[in-house]
Amino acid sequence: MAKIAVDYKLCKKCGICAAFCPRKVYSFNALDGLKAAREKECVACEKCVIMCPDFAIRVIREKG
Amino acid sequence: MTRKTGEMFLKRELLPFFWCSGCGNGIIMGCIFRAMEESGLSRENTVVVTGIGCWGKADDYFTTHAFHGTHGRALAVATGIKSANPSLDVIALVGDGDGATIGGNHLIHAARRNADITVIMSNNNNYGMTGGQYSGTTPFGAITSTSRYGHAEDEFDVSELVKTAGAGYVAKGTIANPLQLQKFIEKAFQKRNGFRFVEAMNICPTYYGKNNKTGNAPEMIEKLRKNTVEIKTARAAEPHELKGKIIVGEYADKEVDGFIKRYKEIQKKASVVSRK
Ligand SMILES: Cc1ncc(C[n+]2csc(CCOP(=O)(O)OP(=O)(O)O)c2C)c(N)n1
Ligand code: SF4
Repeated sequence: MAKIAVDYKLCKKCGICAAFCPRKVYSFNALDGLKAAREKECVACEKCVIMCPDFAIRVIREKG
Repeated sequence: MTRKTGEMFLKRELLPFFWCSGCGNGIIMGCIFRAMEESGLSRENTVVVTGIGCWGKADDYFTTHAFHGTHGRALAVATGIKSANPSLDVIALVGDGDGATIGGNHLIHAARRNADITVIMSNNNNYGMTGGQYSGTTPFGAITSTSRYGHAEDEFDVSELVKTAGAGYVAKGTIANPLQLQKFIEKAFQKRNGFRFVEAMNICPTYYGKNNKTGNAPEMIEKLRKNTVEIKTARAAEPHELKGKIIVGEYADKEVDGFIKRYKEIQKKASVVSRK
C-alpha cells in the first residue's frame, strides 16, 4: 500500500505520469487535470516520480 | 529500501521550473540529481556550467556552484574552471543548439583534448528557447520555424562525433528510459579523467512536437521509446533497419590520461628545462 501526494502547485498537467504508470493509477484529462483515482492499485514502483518533469509527485510507502 | 533522490542538489524553493508543460528537461534533472548522490558528488566541490537555451537555464536550480556562460561557450568556461582548480568536479549542461551547433567546434576540440569534464547534452532536435529553429541535430525533412516546408539537411549523430573526436566516455540515452540514462551519467561522474559525454534524447512538445505533429508529451516520449535500439542489437543489424532509429548505449568507454594530467607533466618538464 502507498499514498500518493501530488503537489498541484507544481503539476503542469502534462499527463506523463498517467500515461506511464504501469498500474493505471491516475486519471487524467486536460480539463480536470490529474487525480490519483485508483491509489489502491499503486505498488510504489515510483515510475511516476521519476518520469514527472516537475518534481510534483511523492509516493509514500505504508507498511502492511 | 530507500531510493536516493539527490534532492539535496535541487533548489526546491525555485520550483516550478521555468520550462513548458511536458518538456523533458525536468526528467533529465532528476537523473542528474540521483546520479550525483549515487556517485558521491558534493555541493561544495561541484560546479555546474551552462550556455544559453531552455536547457541552459538548468544551472539556476542546482544547490552547487554554478556559472551561466554565453551561448555555445559552456565548454570553454568549463575547461577553464577545471584547469584553474583541478580538484573541482565540473559538469557542463548544453543543448543541441548550444553544444552541437553554435558550440560545435568547442565540443569536438574539448573531446579531442580530453578536457576533464562531464558534459550532459539535452538533444530535443531544435532551438527551443528562440522559437523552434533548426539545429545541427534536426533530421532531414523536419518542419521547424526556419524550415517551413521541410529541412533540406541531414543531422549528425553527436555521440558518434564526440567518440570520433577522441573522448574517453560517450553514451546516449533517452528520457523514455530515465534509469538507463541515470546509469550513464553515474558512470560519467565516477570516471575521474578525460572528457565524458552523455547525450540525452529529449522532447520539445511546444515547438518540435507542434511543428511536426508528433503528438503531446506522453505520445512523444512513447515514440522515443519505440524508436530506440540498444547498441548491441544495432551492431548486428543491417543499415536499412537502423534508418531513423536512436541507438542507445555506450559509444566509447576507454582509459584516457585526460588533459590535466598531461598538462601537469609538460609543466614539470618545462620547469626543469627553465631551471637549467
Ligand atoms: C551568440 C548568441 N547567438 C544567438 C543567441 C540566441 N539563442 C538563445 S538560446 C538559442 C538556442 C538554444 O537552443 P538549444 O541549445 O538547442 O537549447 P534548448 O532551448 O532547445 O533547450 C539561441 C540561438 C544567443 N543568446 N547568443
Ligand atoms: S520551448 Fe521546448 S525546450 Fe523550451 S521549455 Fe518549452 S518544451 Fe522545453
